[in-house]
Amino acid sequence: MSTAPRHVLVVGASIAGLTAAETLRREGYDGLLTLIGDEPHLPYDRPPLSKQILTGAWEPSRAALRSSDEYDRLGIDVLTARRATALDPGRRTVELDDGERIAYDGLVIATGVRPRRLPTGHGLDGVHVLRTLDDTLRLRDHLLRRPRITVVGAGFTGTEVAAGVRTLGLDTTLICPGPAPLAGRLGPVIGHLVGRLHADHGVRLRTGVGVTSLTGSDGHVTGLELTDGSHVDADAVVVAIGSTPATDWLRGSGLDVTDGVVCDAYCRAAPGIYAAGDVARWHDPRLGTPMRREHRTNAAEQAIAAARNLLGAREPYAPLPYFWTDQYGDRIQAYGICSPGTEPRIVHGSPAEGSFVALYGEDGHVTGALGWNSARQLRTYARQLIQEPVAAAR
Amino acid sequence: MRITLDQDRCCGAGTCVLTAPDVFDQDDDGIAVLLDAQPPAHLAAAVRDAAARCPAAAIRMEAE
Ligand SMILES: Cc1cc2nc3c(=O)[nH]c(=O)nc-3n(C[C@H](O)[C@H](O)[C@H](O)COP(=O)(O)OP(=O)(O)OC[C@H]3O[C@@H](n4cnc5c(N)ncnc54)[C@H](O)[C@@H]3O)c2cc1C
Ligand code: SF4
Repeated sequence: MSTAPRHVLVVGASIAGLTAAETLRREGYDGLLTLIGDEPHLPYDRPPLSKQILTGAWEPSRAALRSSDEYDRLGIDVLTARRATALDPGRRTVELDDGERIAYDGLVIATGVRPRRLPTGHGLDGVHVLRTLDDTLRLRDHLLRRPRITVVGAGFTGTEVAAGVRTLGLDTTLICPGPAPLAGRLGPVIGHLVGRLHADHGVRLRTGVGVTSLTGSDGHVTGLELTDGSHVDADAVVVAIGSTPATDWLRGSGLDVTDGVVCDAYCRAAPGIYAAGDVARWHDPRLGTPMRREHRTNAAEQAIAAARNLLGAREPYAPLPYFWTDQYGDRIQAYGICSPGTEPRIVHGSPAEGSFVALYGEDGHVTGALGWNSARQLRTYARQLIQEPVAAAR
Repeated sequence: MRITLDQDRCCGAGTCVLTAPDVFDQDDDGIAVLLDAQPPAHLAAAVRDAAARCPAAAIRMEAE
């Protein structure tokens, strides 16, 4: 028989961590609640970083998710600039970087992911990654000097950064190891449309090439050597080549951290320990396989599920995936599973009009719907996807 | 309960419309529109849920 927790500790003070803490309160949990994060800021939202914050359309403070008095009101004790360094599930303690050990009886792991880096070159000035507010402000500062900029990696972050800096009028090169930007996520058809969008805006797009090394002079980056033997001059380089789950602190804890914190369908990693957001690899009952998603909506929805289950709800987490990305003025949104291996079928509008809805699926079974500047039309398909779970897709 | 919606933040996910259709709608660009800024109490749970799920943190609630 388990008793109700009296001290819940949430490690990782971002979208998933904050949402878990708020959900616990919303569900009536009235014990101690501590939210620990290693960044020096109160929780803020990440999607605006590569959009409004990078271009300067928003003041950095607008990314904040809650004002400081809201934490007081909810009775959430937020510890910023403190890093968890170890977990002892037997003793139910988490150790922090200053040696303090905090006892919990419920734990939510929401430490997200860290950007992957190139094997070398990150020591040079002018080489950036983009994950945190501080990363973004550092890059913004650099942009004021109007560098020639190369973005390495053409996933969501890389393409948004390229669009953002190009909007500022900077000389921009986008290095895409695949056949087209976002092709690895959305398939070649949509990928080529994204590629054309960037080319139309004056981005120099280099597809099918990777980076061999960065070149520098006097400690500052000067360019990149590419796998086809060519060289690109650059005063600033943004490396956006994916990310890895922030689970280093869990090494030795006994938890399975193979590509994320491995959880069951209830987001439970071990007795009293739940995980949510980019770091969590849970058993998706819709797909029947372990899944890890790095999307804003998943972070919030999974945190709601994890918090409720920590309090005993026993509800499997079976979300309808959703993400969006903004590139120049265009907005791409998708619900469900948009497998890059399947050819999408356009059911509304057309790429030539700059607005369309495309459906993904196999054997006549729709698994995902993507809208390009078509939010309203897309919602009709989202409703259908909610009613028709993707379970049969696999 | 009073709701505010920051349309400038909204990313047009439509989560709010799916969660609380009596309170939210979307315009042609997908931007959310408040149908009722002071919804009746029986909708409070749905609105709170929509606010928590909104991927743009665009929905705020103030208890009265
Ligand atoms: C630039 C950018 C743009 C994005 N745009 C979009 C978008 O348009 N649409 C979309 O759907 N998604 C987008 N995303 C993805 C979305 O932001 C993530 O899915 C979301 O942030 C995940 O939230 P999280 O709370 O799980 O993890 P995170 O936001 O990564 O937060 C984890 C937190 O835990 C902290 N932490 C890590 N280890 C420790 C430790 N040991 N101790 C204490 N604290 C620790 C980290 O520093 C961080 O603050 C974007 C992401 C980025 C970086
Ligand atoms: S859920 Fe949030 S982002 Fe989505 S339409 Fe509603 S207000 Fe906009």
